[in-house]
Amino acid sequence: MTAHEVTEQIAAGQLSAQEATEACLSRIEAVEGQVNSFVTVTPQHAREQAAQADQKIAAGEASNTLTGVAIGIKEVMCTEGLPSTCSSKMLESFVPPYDATVVECSRDALLPMVGKTNMDEFAMGSSTENSAFQVTRNPWNLDCVPGGSSGGSAAAVAAGEAFVALGSDTGGSIRQPAALCGIVGLKPTYGRVSRYGLIAYASSLDQIGPLTKDVTDCALVMNLISGHDPLDATSAEVPVPDYTQHLTGSVDGLKAGVPVQLLGEGIDPQVRDCVQAAIDQLQDMGLECEEVQMPHIDYSLPVYYIIAPAECSSNLARFDGVRYGYRTPTETDDINELFSHTRAEGFGPEVRLRIMLGTYTLSAGYYDAYYLKALKVRTLIKRDFDQAFAKYDVLLSPTSPTVAFKIGERADDPLAMKLADICTIPVNLAGIPAISIPCGFVEGLPVGLQIMAGPFAEEKILQVAYAYEQANNWHKQRPAL
Amino acid sequence: MAEISPEEVQHVADLARLALPPEELARVGRELNRILVYFQELQELNTDDVAITSHAVAMENVYREDSSRPSLPVEEVIANAPDSAEVFFRVPRIVDK
Repeated sequence: MTAHEVTEQIAAGQLSAQEATEACLSRIEAVEGQVNSFVTVTPQHAREQAAQADQKIAAGEASNTLTGVAIGIKEVMCTEGLPSTCSSKMLESFVPPYDATVVECSRDALLPMVGKTNMDEFAMGSSTENSAFQVTRNPWNLDCVPGGSSGGSAAAVAAGEAFVALGSDTGGSIRQPAALCGIVGLKPTYGRVSRYGLIAYASSLDQIGPLTKDVTDCALVMNLISGHDPLDATSAEVPVPDYTQHLTGSVDGLKAGVPVQLLGEGIDPQVRDCVQAAIDQLQDMGLECEEVQMPHIDYSLPVYYIIAPAECSSNLARFDGVRYGYRTPTETDDINELFSHTRAEGFGPEVRLRIMLGTYTLSAGYYDAYYLKALKVRTLIKRDFDQAFAKYDVLLSPTSPTVAFKIGERADDPLAMKLADICTIPVNLAGIPAISIPCGFVEGLPVGLQIMAGPFAEEKILQVAYAYEQANNWHKQRPAL
Repeated sequence: MAEISPEEVQHVADLARLALPPEELARVGRELNRILVYFQELQELNTDDVAITSHAVAMENVYREDSSRPSLPVEEVIANAPDSAEVFFRVPRIVDK
């Protein structure tokens, strides 16, 4: 069931929030042993919130359309009184004393939280295999990865363990797992959603967004979490529209660009065929589509792998074994040894590598050649997008160059793993919004279509996505678990 | 560009406060060299007259009222500390006697 179907049935008196939440908890009971979406399941918390939601609904005091709709929240977001581990040994024992702003939105609106979802450690990865605790499996094929880093959130929604989920996206971590799990995932404009209480990876790229079964649910979650927050100085003071008002079903008068750089080499031919078919269909529906050259997109991966690790090496300096989290058992009277052992033992291999890479590119003698150069090329990439959006309302591409790959297949090949994000990374560098929606299957595994728009034009993305969804049935397919 | 030497890898690990055993230093060195080769592509682009982008969405300095608001109770904050005494975080001595 989708979230909007749940709310419709609750409104019609056919279903209670408690029954809907119990359905998710039973589903977790039934399939979690196979899928491993959650690091922590929180049934008691969910039941209390569902009971409160039913009281509010009965009294006609529900504060949001989504009141009573069970949600899963990624381990990277702070939840007061409930573990927030970032899927890292470093934060295994961390229980935040406060809520992230998005969690507060969800809690205030009484969305029963059924659990905290698994992820690549500190959101670094594209398969959720980098979790320190467990490997999450793709509900469509349990031998395959769910994508990452928000793989737990994507798998939970696809498997019916939660109606909606929140993820975070630094280089594709919402959109790529959404694509690989056959659901909808939106990375909003940088600043659209508060990052307060999001454990930082790369602060100029990170953004929180929804993972849902369809576009209507995506619009509803965006209505819940968007807006300015005085606690996040980078959150934007831009008015938030009612996103559901833009789900018209029409693409009349809109123009789309198709960046040739994102449909060429490196994209699996069967994935390309699916995406091309979706583009052709949108064109038949009245969306004016044409190819566009965005030459600097080709440099996105090296730019990203300089900027993101640089910011991570700075952000993760706070994990030192003093105020919270893991501390080495090594006895020492030297504070630097305490830091160094704590960090070497608390962080996993991918996190250590990215901290090393970022520390190196920021270090004396290399700063100009790497970090400064990357920030300049970032400007060129952003310029390509600015020019494209002067002409087009949206841009279309695949979300991921392949469908879900086998667990373990790319674990020893970090560069192959990083290619999973070639279509999504440019979006984070430009700070713009983009969605992934289901647009077909290759050998039983879902394919995602990415729709991008200019800053704060989420409503255009949702309009095109909804129109496509209405003309297809991909989003109604469910894995046979 | 020259390969990053084992000594440099050790230096970076020291800067990053990571006590890595020799085999891990070797692994990280290999990975860094593989990745750094890949970064050379960027040198193809002339960026002499290009300004940097540190934040994609342009933003003015954000100011707020200099007013107080409640902070977290000390007991709640200290509860997450791996080693504490009363309301203090306990660490090895950092100043000489």
